[in-house]
Amino acid sequence: MRTLRPLAALAATAALLLTGACSASKSPGGQTPSGFTPPRVPMRQSLGAGEGSVDVVAWAGYVEYGQDSKTVDWVTPFTKATGCKVNLKVAGTSDEMVALMKTGQYDTVSASGDATLRLIAGGDVAPVNTKLVPNYATVYPGLKNQPWNSVGGVPYGIPHGRGANLLMYNTAKVTPAPTSWGAVFDPNSPYKGHLTAYDDPIYIADAALYLMKTKPSLGIRNPYALTADQLNAAVTLLKDQKPNVNAYWSDYTKEQASFDSGDFWLGTTWEVIQQAVAADGKVKTAAILPSEGSTGWSDTWMVSAHAQHPNCAYEWMNYIVSPSVNAQVAEYFGEAPANSQACGYIKDNPNFCADYHANDESWWRNVYYWNTPTRNCVDGSGRNDCTDYAQWVTAWNEIKS
Amino acid sequence: MHLNRRSRIALRLAMALGLAVLYVPLLVVLLNSFNASRSFAWPPTGFSLRWWQAAWQEPGLRTALWTSVRAGLGATAVALVLGTMAAFAATRYRFFGRQAVSFLLILPIALPGIVTGIALNAAFRTVLTPLGIGFGLFTVIVGHATFCIVVVFNNVSARLRRLPGSGEDASADLGAHTFQTFWYITLPAVRGALFAGALLAFALSFDEIVVTTFTAGPGTQTLPLWIFDNLARPNQGPVVDVVASALIVLSALPVWLAHRMSAP
Amino acid sequence: MHRSPVRRLAGALHRRPGLRLTALLSAPMAWLVLAYLGSLGVLLLSAFWTTNDFTSQVEYVWNTDNFANILSDPVYRTVALRTLGIAVGVTVVDGALALPMAFYMARVARPRSRRLLLVAVTAPLWAGYLVKAYAWWVMLSHGGVLDWAVGTPGFGVPAVVITLSYLWLPYMVLPLYAAFAQLPDSVLDASADLGARPWRTFRSVVLPLVKPALIAGSIFTFSLSLGDYLTVQIVGGTTQMLGNVIASDVTLNLPMAAAVSCVPVLLIVGYLLAVRRTGAWENL
Repeated sequence: MRTLRPLAALAATAALLLTGACSASKSPGGQTPSGFTPPRVPMRQSLGAGEGSVDVVAWAGYVEYGQDSKTVDWVTPFTKATGCKVNLKVAGTSDEMVALMKTGQYDTVSASGDATLRLIAGGDVAPVNTKLVPNYATVYPGLKNQPWNSVGGVPYGIPHGRGANLLMYNTAKVTPAPTSWGAVFDPNSPYKGHLTAYDDPIYIADAALYLMKTKPSLGIRNPYALTADQLNAAVTLLKDQKPNVNAYWSDYTKEQASFDSGDFWLGTTWEVIQQAVAADGKVKTAAILPSEGSTGWSDTWMVSAHAQHPNCAYEWMNYIVSPSVNAQVAEYFGEAPANSQACGYIKDNPNFCADYHANDESWWRNVYYWNTPTRNCVDGSGRNDCTDYAQWVTAWNEIKS
Repeated sequence: MHLNRRSRIALRLAMALGLAVLYVPLLVVLLNSFNASRSFAWPPTGFSLRWWQAAWQEPGLRTALWTSVRAGLGATAVALVLGTMAAFAATRYRFFGRQAVSFLLILPIALPGIVTGIALNAAFRTVLTPLGIGFGLFTVIVGHATFCIVVVFNNVSARLRRLPGSGEDASADLGAHTFQTFWYITLPAVRGALFAGALLAFALSFDEIVVTTFTAGPGTQTLPLWIFDNLARPNQGPVVDVVASALIVLSALPVWLAHRMSAP
Repeated sequence: MHRSPVRRLAGALHRRPGLRLTALLSAPMAWLVLAYLGSLGVLLLSAFWTTNDFTSQVEYVWNTDNFANILSDPVYRTVALRTLGIAVGVTVVDGALALPMAFYMARVARPRSRRLLLVAVTAPLWAGYLVKAYAWWVMLSHGGVLDWAVGTPGFGVPAVVITLSYLWLPYMVLPLYAAFAQLPDSVLDASADLGARPWRTFRSVVLPLVKPALIAGSIFTFSLSLGDYLTVQIVGGTTQMLGNVIASDVTLNLPMAAAVSCVPVLLIVGYLLAVRRTGAWENL
């Protein structure tokens, strides 16, 4: 999911920017937002009969109808049960998801935290009536009504699953075992030339999180709400890190192969990659949640404000977070399920839920889920002096230049 | 040219080195397609046919291949027509702005794909979408043809410049009209150049990623886009090596045939 | 004699060269001017717009801030110079590799093997850009093929130059091969008769004659490298090129991306115009 597919995203968003320019004037919030008030979009009050189909935007691996392997298929049973045919559009990045949803041609989307607020602010998604989604009741409470999936106590989506950006290391090369992100941010690292980091502006949040825990004088309260000074501090940290980095990784394949080959010894990872490296057995690795905690992601099924098939969309949201299907998706994709009963339905790996900390709420308390940096600080302080995502992009270019 | 022994040996070595540079990475691709591991890392952990099997069973791959072939054929056809017309204009006539025409033909292939891609994307949105034409195979063909015209143009004009006009004059003197002369005299003479240009145009289209991304609609997936997606998907790594290996082998035949036909 | 409409049209065309020229030029020019140049113009024009910080949407306010930014911010200069250096490096490497190969193929190899060699050089074009870039990742990686054989330079600028040179090599060999093949034997024999050794003949007679083809090949290698941003993500380590900057800006700040695009566009247009008189345009 976090697989970067820049091309498609570029295409979708470039188109949007070029042609959506005409509607720039009616963007919500205006030019100098003083507080986050989403546009009024009515919430569905009751459900009717299915419309016969539903148009879905999702991450690769979330909506499987046997395209990868005949045995991996949870769409066909859904269609059989509800009569809703599923038309899937796989998105590569959050930017692409936003762009696709803005076309108004899709009914539902599996948005990550760095896209949800943009969709809500743009009036592209509607609040979700959780009473119409019976399986919402058994979703982990820790995922409900969070800053990235609700505004002012109104839920805008159904949680799908979550993961953390962990610290992975080659156990033979990295001794003693690291316990802190300091291992990747030490300018005099003994592992010079073997570090790695995620190649995306959102990685700045990892540096900000480290600074938040180790340099209280900077006053960082949330890794996604940085003032210009705080952003600068994170940028400096990342610039100092760069000479030690072997390569940044942006796609799954590269990180997996680089740990296998011994180019990478230490750096951020997703659990699913570490498991793949472990399965290959070429090198011994471990992935830990360092003492500072980590960044992470939690995806949300949202329903379009312009849905043509709202009944089927609600059916889909309810279906995909049902314990057995949620378990299937989570295991196939490699992430922690959102439904608290899903662990009872895991099939292949008996340790799956323990490996992915599905039930360990205290573990997740140290995970700072991705959010979109906006000028209107996302830490809930009501302040208005934060750097936005475009500034993060510029900063990331500066770091890499 | 008379070369002494030493020069000949040096050149032969250079050729061998060049071919080695070209083929060692492809050999790596081929070996990795039999990799038992799920990643690219060298050396392979063991021998396995699982990726060949996976590629065979993947329906999306065949669809993508077919889409790429159709896009390549479409773009090549457009490029053949437009490139040949422009080549005749530029070689058989002298007119003001001839250089500007050449420049304009070269520009799409010389400018970065990302610039061409964004520009075309914007143009399609503003012009085609209101007409009810969405992004899809059609827009991909338009995008690819734009940068393929120049290779046909250059191949055909190179041939035309060396082609004496006497054959065409004779044909006209014998009473053939313009189209008959073109069909019976000129076309056979430039056939080789057309094949060479078409082959290169098809190859350019077949391997194009960036412009394709910007011009393809949601449901249109060409082979390079399929490869890109699979590199991003969990545990699909070496399956793209299978595709590449198969393509090199499969391409040898049409390439060889085309070279035969393009031989003067 | 019966005059069919086709014949009448043919007659009309035959009598009016101007009409013939217009007919021939109209379709390709309409395509390129309307479909390509128009959209390119609109894109580059958008470099003078701005982006709303909060909504990331384009605002139509004419200004030159983006260009001022590019000129004043050292980030862009560093990246632009590095990109230029890589493009030049790739061109030099490809030229050095392709010249002897093309010469051998066209003038030394027996006619039978000539065709085979041509196929051998062009076949890698079908393997796919990304697959080949990843093959070089395997070659260059720690413990990879190159590491076994001669040692690896690691990931970074040298790796990018190597990989891009590999990707574009056939585009350099093809025009050179065509040029060598067309060299008249008489010129070479004359040079030899006048006492020139092979190397002297090559330098003073052959090279000037194939220069247009060499430059034509360099248009491919130079401009394809200048705009690349995928290879550098795979083997570039922590390196960044202009294409990456453009790509990262496209999503949220299109006017800036358009402004940055002007850098490679100007470099390439400048290069094309500089080599205009050499006849390289006809050898692509």
